[in-house]
Order: sequence, then structure tokens, then C-alpha cells
Amino acid sequence: MSLEITLIVNGTPSCLVVDETTPLLHALRNMLGLRASRFGCGQEQCGACMVLMDGKPTYACSHLAMDADARVVETAESLMGHPLRAAFLAEQAGQCGYCLSGILMSAKALLDRTQSPSREAIVAALDPHLCRCGAHERIIRAVERAAAMLRGEAA
Amino acid sequence: MIPNTLPSSLADNPRLEQWIGFPAEGRVAVRTGKVELGQGILTAMVQIAAEELEVDLSRLDLASGDTRDTPNEGFTAGSLSVQIGGVALRLVCAEVRSLMLDAAAARLGCPREDLAVEDGRVLQDGAATGLDYWALAGDLDLTRAATGMAPVKSPAQLRTLGTDVPRTDLPEKVGGAPFIHDMTAPDLLHARVLHRPRKGARLVALDEAAALKAGLGTVALFRTGDMVALVGEDESRVHLAFERLHERARFEGGLALGPEHAEPGFLTGLDTAAPRIVERGTPAAGTAAQRVTATYSKPFLAHGSIGPSCGVARYADGRLTVWSHTQGVFPLRAAIARALGLAPEAVDVIHRQGAGCYGHNGADDAAFDAAIVALGHPGRTVRVLWTRADEMGVAPFGAPMVVTLDAGLDAQGRPLDWTIDIRSPTHVDRPGANGGVNLLSAEALETPPARPTPADFPDALGGGAVRNGFVLYDLPQQKLVHHFVPDAPARTSSMRGLGAFANVFALESFMDELAEAAGMDPVAYRLSLMSDPRARGVIMEAARMCDWETPPPDGFTRGFAFSRYKNSAAYLAMAVEVSVEEEVRVSRAWCAVDGGLVVNPDGAINQVEGGVIQAISWTLKEQVMFADGAVSSNTWETYPILRFSEVPRIETRLIGDPAHPPLGMGEVSQGPTAAAIGNAVTAALGARLRHLPLTRDRIMQALLAD
Ligand code: FES
Ligand code: FES
Repeated sequence: MSLEITLIVNGTPSCLVVDETTPLLHALRNMLGLRASRFGCGQEQCGACMVLMDGKPTYACSHLAMDADARVVETAESLMGHPLRAAFLAEQAGQCGYCLSGILMSAKALLDRTQSPSREAIVAALDPHLCRCGAHERIIRAVERAAAMLRGEAA
Repeated sequence: MIPNTLPSSLADNPRLEQWIGFPAEGRVAVRTGKVELGQGILTAMVQIAAEELEVDLSRLDLASGDTRDTPNEGFTAGSLSVQIGGVALRLVCAEVRSLMLDAAAARLGCPREDLAVEDGRVLQDGAATGLDYWALAGDLDLTRAATGMAPVKSPAQLRTLGTDVPRTDLPEKVGGAPFIHDMTAPDLLHARVLHRPRKGARLVALDEAAALKAGLGTVALFRTGDMVALVGEDESRVHLAFERLHERARFEGGLALGPEHAEPGFLTGLDTAAPRIVERGTPAAGTAAQRVTATYSKPFLAHGSIGPSCGVARYADGRLTVWSHTQGVFPLRAAIARALGLAPEAVDVIHRQGAGCYGHNGADDAAFDAAIVALGHPGRTVRVLWTRADEMGVAPFGAPMVVTLDAGLDAQGRPLDWTIDIRSPTHVDRPGANGGVNLLSAEALETPPARPTPADFPDALGGGAVRNGFVLYDLPQQKLVHHFVPDAPARTSSMRGLGAFANVFALESFMDELAEAAGMDPVAYRLSLMSDPRARGVIMEAARMCDWETPPPDGFTRGFAFSRYKNSAAYLAMAVEVSVEEEVRVSRAWCAVDGGLVVNPDGAINQVEGGVIQAISWTLKEQVMFADGAVSSNTWETYPILRFSEVPRIETRLIGDPAHPPLGMGEVSQGPTAAAIGNAVTAALGARLRHLPLTRDRIMQALLAD
């Protein structure tokens, strides 16, 4: 069965016709052309697909598009002017970069809650995410740097 | 200085125009056959070209991995991209700059010594001449072969090489969509391909109706031989239909595959031919005061790329275009053409970035899947995406290995004789290797191409199973016994480090065992047997970095290891600090690396430290499991890897002399990490674990056996 939904993604509402089974990830990537959110496993086990829904980290691979109807969704595309992007580039935090979009969104949710997260809090926020290249330490440093930028302490 | 001998990349692609062009005012076209795998190679290439051409980085347009217009440099593998491909590009750029100066001198009628280049403009005694590369380009014959004779800059003249130029590919990866997975087209068809669960199995039952029903009438089934794909425009429906198809497909026959293959002990007895023996030196005179013998092993390992393999292909007007995150566009083109009966000239293969690649994973196979489906759908762009289960289950694995070491020691604990005995299946099954096609779905075609006689990577190229089998220590004699296992129950091919991972784990664990037998400190013992000054340099530096002489804090132990990857790439010595409770936890790591001239230090450190983290994961957690004729560790739950909460702090120092040629760094840390952890765990438990991974179960067993 097809149904009509409204997704509010990165501040822009869009009307879409989806199946009851369409994952949010496919609606974002294939219908809205927002391809920064990535498919990694489809099983809530890697975090590559992570987006924010009403501010909370949400696996877009398993979350149904229809359950995001009228909800506020944020994807990595929204971070163009955010300190997180500048911080990840400054720290050169990534190798292949495939894991980054999801990690950025979990980091965003954390920094929306607190601008002074401890290292432990960052690690806990990122623990649902896998990075096979081993860029973890740089990624943690980048989140610390983004927090400092938000506090006005770093450029 | 970089020696002016022609590296293989240049011998194979001799014409200057294959590397460099001046297509438009102010722009320089640079071409490399090496491809970005997440290792930062494109940035390194741009730095090399900018340095030797004397142009600003921003003027360079780099093309990489495209059979239509880049040099054929084979595979991007073996830590040779800078060592061979980068050095080739460097020689070409130095030569082009030199030819430009010759041309300018001729036009200006002045000695060339008066001239210099600044960002592509020619200066005479420091003043502008009105000439630049673009004005002079027409005077040059770039179709001529490179001589490799133009001098490259001396270390003191370097401006860009050796600096932390930010990665050129990273901005698009932070919030953008640069991956092959993100390619799209108005005529795009999504496809999912059914793969056989084990070698030689045949498809005997398929519930097509159920699958198509799940696809809500918009998904079609495509079949050739046992190769079955579902295609449609709506990815969600294709995916859903595929899940149904996969669930109900039945396979029979093929090689037996079961739980026993998780442990590498199964390899014993599968080596059907006589072992190959290579011996260096002769045993020292005298009788051994004691003998030390130990056997180590590692299981099948999965590449586990975070993004499943993806291939895109389009067949139109008799041409097949394939986009792939392959490590070698030319070998893949040849293999695809051969398997499908096409002329290689009718096939283009273009590299597009995928998720991190650590060797021969499913990239080529997914590209071939897309090619097959595209041939059946002319005029459409076909995108094949593998499932997570396929990425963990049917992509090639790193080979299981069993390594036994035996040495006789004199009264001072110095080895008199030395034998390493290595048992392993092949480490190379890439497209074209050993004369085979070696693409997964080719085996499922109506008329599969002939399987090549299995063989391992040749010793001349660093070897496969025997990689790093010989050590750099001062030994009177070393004997290497190689048992090649021709028919492993699961497909094996190149994975970061190849045999060096298991061999260095074994050898550097054994060095600690010998040090103990000799009653010596492990670092002092290594130094007592090492005269290579660069090896001594990294060993002493790593010992200093971790303050080896001072005991670690309470509750922690340290372990040490050294290796020079392939005995020809960079030197690395490292220490780790661990704590062992129910599980092993690595809290810190210190690495000292000598890679000669390092093109991009930050990028090199990223590679070394990424390698440490990945190798900690291999060492502590990873083991491919089998059940019921298939891989059972085909999710991240059943094949766990190291998480954010488990990574150590790592310190890395690059201590190479920039006057030495650049040495590969991408695979240096894999083997030493495993050995350093093994040695630290032994210090903690008082018992040695010789079989990877070092899991909680194995720790318990070791403690009980003690
Ligand atoms: S793709 Fe969603 S968690 Fe892996
Ligand atoms: S950077 Fe490659 S998976 Fe994280």
C-alpha cells in the first residue's frame, strides 16, 4: 500500500508517496536526493545511516519513512555551516569517510545537549558507530574541537 | 636522493603525456593509475606533482584509475603507491619541468641556469619573462618516453613534500555524497544479486513468484546460468523482493564448509604437494644449549568494509562502461572482457571511491555483477549493491595460517639455527591472477571460465604466505618451509599485510620467547641481534617513547615488537600497554616509524594508527565462523570489531631521513600490533597465547592449563 507523507528534512517540508515498507534511508537518498546518509548493514549494527529525528539519533536503515511523517529529520547535509564540519576537516578525521555522516549526526545530537562533553560522553555517544579504517581517535578529537568552537574557545 | 632508475610504473607507461598534460590556460592535468582507497593517495600524488613541476596545488586536475585515460599501474596494493607510482610521477614531473626550462632557454636565447620556475611561470634571474608552461607547452614533445634522468629536488629544496597538505577528498566526505554508492542516473535500475553460499554449490530451487510478489509487481528477475538478480527502479522494493528470494533459494553440493574451518588447524594435511624450502646461510657451529619450538595461528579474517560492495555498469551502442571501487581498473577490465566474451577495447572501467578497502574485497565481484546485469538491460544504468551478509560472507577472506618456529640457542641465547614453517592457502585470487578470471559470479555462468591452477603471490613481489617469513635479525642461517594449501574451503585473497600479519605475529612473539629463554629483556635481546641501523633506530625510539625501562603502572603490562614490512617497505617498532581482566584491553600504543621521505606526515600517521586499531581488532576479536555450509559470521553482531570504547591512545613518531626514498607505510603496523599485544598479554598472564584471536575463552583456557 502506498501512502502520502510529509518529511521535514533539514528544515524543508516535502510530500512523498512511499510504501508501508520503505525505509527512511531510501526516502532520503532516492526520493529526496540526500545521499550523505549511508547504507552500511540495514540492521542497526553500524550506524552509517544515522540521522536525527526530533533531535534523537535514529537508524534510517530500519526506521520506516511513514513513521517519520510530520517529524523533523536532520541529515549530514545540514552541517555545511556547523562547527562539526570545520572541526572534522581541521583534524583530518577520517580515512575512507564512509562512516562519517552517521557519526556526525550522533555528535550533533550530543553537542545539541551539551557544549562541554567529557571524552567519556563523546565515546558513549559514538559507540553505536563502527569505523573500519581506525580513524576513531581523530574523530573523538574532532568532536572535542567542535565543542570548543561552540564554546567560542577554538577556531 | 631518489635514484633515477625507472620504476615499473614508468617502464610500463613511458610516454610523458600518459602522466601530464596542459589542457587549458593555467591548468595542469595529472594522471595516476593508483586509486583512492581512503588512504589519502590522491593528495600525496598532487603534492608530488606540484613539488616537481613548481606549480601551485590548486592548478592540478588529477585523474585516477580510468582505463580511458590514465596510465596502467596494475593494482593499488602492496604499499607501493608512493614507492613506485609516486616515484614514477615525480620523475615525470621533474623531467617536464626540465624540458620546459630547455624550451624557455631556447626562446630567450639565454643559458638555462639563469631560469627558474614559480607557479608555472618562467623567471630569468628572478624577473618575469612573460613565458609560462602554457605558452611553452606547444614547444614540447610530450609523446616522447621519459628518461628518468632529470634530477628531482633535493630534500632542502622541498616545499610541499613532507608537509601536512589537507586531504583533497575529505571535504566531500563530510556531509557530501562522493561514493560509488551515491551515483545516480535518470535511467537507473537497482539490482540485488543472489550469490552462492560456498564454492561449487549449485542453485536447485528458487521461489520466483514469492519474490516478485514482494516486489509489488515492479521488480523483475534476471537469470543467466546460476547467476540470478532482481532489478527494478524502486530500491526498497528490489531489496524487499531480494530478501524473500534469498530466504527461499536452495543450494546443493559444493565444498564442505563447517564449524571446524573456523580453526586454522584444519589446514594440516591439505598441503598436497611437497613443501617448498628456501634456505639462507648455514647453521653456526656448536651444539644448541636449548631448543625453542612454538606454533602460532590466525583464522580466516573478513575485510568488513563499512559500506557493502557496489558496482555500476551501463551497456549501450556496443560499449560496456563499468564504475567500480576496484583496486585495479585495467586488470578488472581484462577479466570482465574475458568472462563475457567482449573485446577489452569495448569495455571501460572507471574508478569511483567506495568505503575503506584493505585489500581484495568484493569490489571487483560487485562490478562484474553489475556488468552482467547491464548486458541484459542495454541502455540502462545498473547499480548493484551487495548485502551486509554478502560483504561478510562471499567476499574473499584473509587466509588462515599456521606458523611454526624452531630455533637452537647457544649458551648465551643466540640462535645457531632457525626454521620457520608456514602453512597457508593462497593470498592472491585477484582478477587476472594466475591467469584466471577470478570473479565470483563468473563461476555461476552457464559456461564458467576455466579455474586457474592455484598459486600464491610470487616471492619476487614480496610473496603471499611467506611475506616477512625471513627476519632482519643477524642470524647465521634461516630456513623457510612453505606448505601451500591449494584448496581452501572458502575463497582467500589479499588482505592488508598478506602473510606478514601471521608471520610477524609468530616471529615477534617467538623473539620474546627466545629472550625469555636467554634470560634477557625483550628489547635488549632484539638489539643484540640487530645491526641494521635504521631498524635499531626505530627499536630504540619506540622503547624511549614508552619509557620501556620504567615498569608500567599497576594493573598494566607492556609488549614490544618490530618489523620492516616485506623487509623492503618502512621500518616500524612499537609497544603497547594492556590490561587483562576477563578480556584484553589495549590502553596505549607507541609507534616509531622510518619510512624515509614522507610525502604527507599527517596522512602517514593516519595510516599507521588506523592500521594499529584495525590490527587490535583482528588480534582480539575477529574470526570468521562457518555453519551448515555457509559463513555464519555474516553480521556485525556475529563478527564484532573494535568499537569507540575500546580504542587506545596512540602516539606515533616518524623518524625517517627525508634524504632516503619514500617507503610504503600502509601495512607496516598490522603484524607488529598483534605481536606486541601477544607479548603484553603473556607478561600479564604468565602464559602465552599463540592462536588468534586472543579472546576471553582463550585467556580462560590458558589460565586453566597453567
Ligand atoms: S545501515 Fe543502519 S545501522 Fe548499519
Ligand atoms: S573512515 Fe573508513 S570506516 Fe571510518
